[in-house]
Amino acid sequence: MKTILELERVEKYYGNKSSLTKAINNISFKVDEGEFVAIMGASGSGKTTLLNIISTIDRVTAGHIYVDGDDITSLKGEELNEFRREKLGFIFQDFNLLDSLTAYENIALALSIQNFSPDEIDDRIKKVAKELSISDVLEKYPYQMSGGQKQRVASARAIITDPKLVLADEPTGALDSKSSKMLLEQFERLNEKFQTTILMVTHDAFAASYANRVIFIKDGKVFNELRKGDDTRKDFFDAIIDVITLFGGDASDVL
Amino acid sequence: MFIKLALKNIRRSIKDYAIYFFTLVLGVAIFYVFNAIESQTAMLDISQSMYEIVDLMTTILRAVSVFVAFTLGFLIIYASRFLIKRRGKEFGLYLTLGMGKRKISRLLLIETFFIGLISLVVGLVIGVLLSQFTSVLVANLFEANLTNFTFVFSASACIQTLIYFGAIYLVVMIFNAISISRQKLINLLSSARRSETIKTKNPWICLVVFLISAAMLAWAYYAVTAGIEAVLMSSESMVLVVLAAGGVATYLLFWSLSGLLLKIFMGLKKVYYHKLNSFTLRQFSSKINTTVLSMTVICLMLFLTICIFSSAMSIRDSMNASARQNMPVDVEFEIPFDTADKLENFYTERGVNLNDWLGASADYQLRRLDDLRLSDTLGELYDEYKTEMPTVAYDYLEPTITVSEYNQLARLFGNEEVSLAKDEYAILANYQPMLEMRNRALKSGAKIKFADRTLKPKYDKCLEGMYQLSSVANSNSGLIIIPDGIQTDPEETHIIERKVAKYRDDVDKKEAEKAITKAAELLSYDDDYFFYVQTRQEILDDSVGLSALVTFIGLYLGLIFLISSAAILALKELSESSDNREKFNMLRKIGVSEKMLNRALFSQIAIFFAFPLLIAIIHSIFGMIFCSFIISSFGGRELFGPILMTAGLLVIIYGGYFLITYFCSKSIIRDQRN
Repeated sequence: MKTILELERVEKYYGNKSSLTKAINNISFKVDEGEFVAIMGASGSGKTTLLNIISTIDRVTAGHIYVDGDDITSLKGEELNEFRREKLGFIFQDFNLLDSLTAYENIALALSIQNFSPDEIDDRIKKVAKELSISDVLEKYPYQMSGGQKQRVASARAIITDPKLVLADEPTGALDSKSSKMLLEQFERLNEKFQTTILMVTHDAFAASYANRVIFIKDGKVFNELRKGDDTRKDFFDAIIDVITLFGGDASDVL
Repeated sequence: MFIKLALKNIRRSIKDYAIYFFTLVLGVAIFYVFNAIESQTAMLDISQSMYEIVDLMTTILRAVSVFVAFTLGFLIIYASRFLIKRRGKEFGLYLTLGMGKRKISRLLLIETFFIGLISLVVGLVIGVLLSQFTSVLVANLFEANLTNFTFVFSASACIQTLIYFGAIYLVVMIFNAISISRQKLINLLSSARRSETIKTKNPWICLVVFLISAAMLAWAYYAVTAGIEAVLMSSESMVLVVLAAGGVATYLLFWSLSGLLLKIFMGLKKVYYHKLNSFTLRQFSSKINTTVLSMTVICLMLFLTICIFSSAMSIRDSMNASARQNMPVDVEFEIPFDTADKLENFYTERGVNLNDWLGASADYQLRRLDDLRLSDTLGELYDEYKTEMPTVAYDYLEPTITVSEYNQLARLFGNEEVSLAKDEYAILANYQPMLEMRNRALKSGAKIKFADRTLKPKYDKCLEGMYQLSSVANSNSGLIIIPDGIQTDPEETHIIERKVAKYRDDVDKKEAEKAITKAAELLSYDDDYFFYVQTRQEILDDSVGLSALVTFIGLYLGLIFLISSAAILALKELSESSDNREKFNMLRKIGVSEKMLNRALFSQIAIFFAFPLLIAIIHSIFGMIFCSFIISSFGGRELFGPILMTAGLLVIIYGGYFLITYFCSKSIIRDQRN
């Protein structure tokens, strides 16, 4: 299977010589095409930093990151934007929808900045909207939608450009449990049906249990890794909880 | 500790709201400069008559300053109110930490006090420095020489500035205290993250409102252009009704256009879904939506700025230009009938020999007969024009001059000389509307009756020229030239004698002026006869002084309105840039390039600034037609230069605010990470 994302001895330091924080301390892993990977860790473990450097929002201190074969740590200026525009899709905890635009326009934005024609935009949105069952909220504004709807609209925006990799930053963080479940099932379906590669950062074991693989991070290092294999989701969840107990994290950090 | 916190807050706000502070300083400086003009004139070498105008100007500028203070007061209160709103989270934090509302009010009080103090001091220093340069402008406008350049400080202007701005800041403090005491903690804390609700307007209602406002505007435009006479004739309040209609229509226009334009652009899918256009247009539309009233006020202020400033410049130009034309003689005496020799005696008695000063001269009589009125020379045309032109409505007695006296006069004024047969007459005129009327009458061969003789026109049109001193060019509405030697009934004849003269070439004109006017100052109505003397220099001084006055008022109001409107727009835009930062960060994350972001930001701000300006310019086109009709009575209709000057002022101030806003916003939304 093709490798979509490869991290090679990535390090990220903050601060200066006198007080150095190693947010990411020598992390290496691979994500294959069509995988759904969750990255778990407590607050301060470095998981958000990891997401930021993969998404080129932040720069690495050392090491290399390859996306679809290209070393993204060497990209500059406009190349970075192009990379983000064409290869990545983002889903954020607080949805990050523009509140002056309707759902339709929010989704369209991802395409219009790549100069898609209005007809093509319309076709794609209709298709994705049907898939994510948000066809009836397309003309609504963010303030008129529920949290779950907003998050699905954000997901639609993330996948509409057919990105190589979808990055999700605590996507269930602002949702109630019912909406969370719906969204995660959606992710599962996207992953299975469209072979979308998803990298999700979360501290929620329940959310992580929907992934095929979970990478645990602690103090900037990979601590453990779990594969779902043929387990049921319930078993996988229990396995995740076991690992968490192992790393001595507080229960409050988990659920 | 408390003061330390206040000072820290100020330091931060000065950085964040540089434009607010900049506007305060500019307001103070302009206020001082215009109130200090009086003291600038002290070092000018100007005549007595000019001093009177300077006095008048000072009084008028004082009065205008009250109005200006109100305008600035509203601006400052408005601005500080929404700066307070932006700081909701901060106040919320103070409240959760246990600081009482009273204490926060006190904190704000101290802040306002210091900001007021700093802006006053900085503004006054800049004002005092600026006013040193304005003395050059003042000298230029008064066409006087700077006798000696000294540093001038106007204590009265300074005190006035302190009083007015002190009062404004006091009101601001009260307003701030009230708005703090009304706040609820929960709203303060969540104010930063409250998501915008988009009010969608029904496009059909928008269309109807738009049509209503268009109709109102069309009527108002018509009323001030084609229908102008009807408006001016009906009643004075009619003009106000037209203005009010224009104002309401502007409000409705902004209200409806914000919805309508968006709908139109959304229809143009190719444009709407191109790059960030949908985002830019939505941002703009939501901003207009929430600021219809401010947009209206700004638009109307810009409209007033354009009209006031260009009219003022136009009046100034035409006054100055016309004062120079048509005044080929230096002095004009008007003497009661048959007392010509007394004029010389009057001067001799006061030690002035007129012949020492006066060179080429002409004496003439203006005879008016009871039965030679305007209606008699115009004939049947009179009734036609009477309803159209208010100036014709009064059927005055026509002035006449004999041809031999006229020819003497013509030589001095450089007019065409004529010879008339016993039954002929001619007309000298150059006031355009009257000229056209009289030409029509002459063409039709209108005969007039002068005493017992019937005269027919020698030419089929008027001779063009002036026959007396006047500050207004081409203002001769008609002088009838008749053959010599026609006797009239003294009972029905009104005669004025005139003497016009140039100063001798071999004397100093200033000396001559002094000699002639000094003696005349001693004249009083009680003298056994009274004559009237008017010199070319006096008329020039008057018109120069008046035009300077008009220029200053135009400049003063223009600057204040322009600064106020630009500042409101700039503050509105900047106060939203923290929200914008989030939006732009989000766009950045989905891969929008910096170039595209900057372009979106630029067009967003540019449209926001251009929209009210565009409407104001359309208003102004019609407003200026109206103004030019009104000021055409000052002589000129030249508008090109003044409009160019207005455009320059707009570009510098409005454009300056726009650029500052753009660069400040750009630095706010700039990505800190890359």
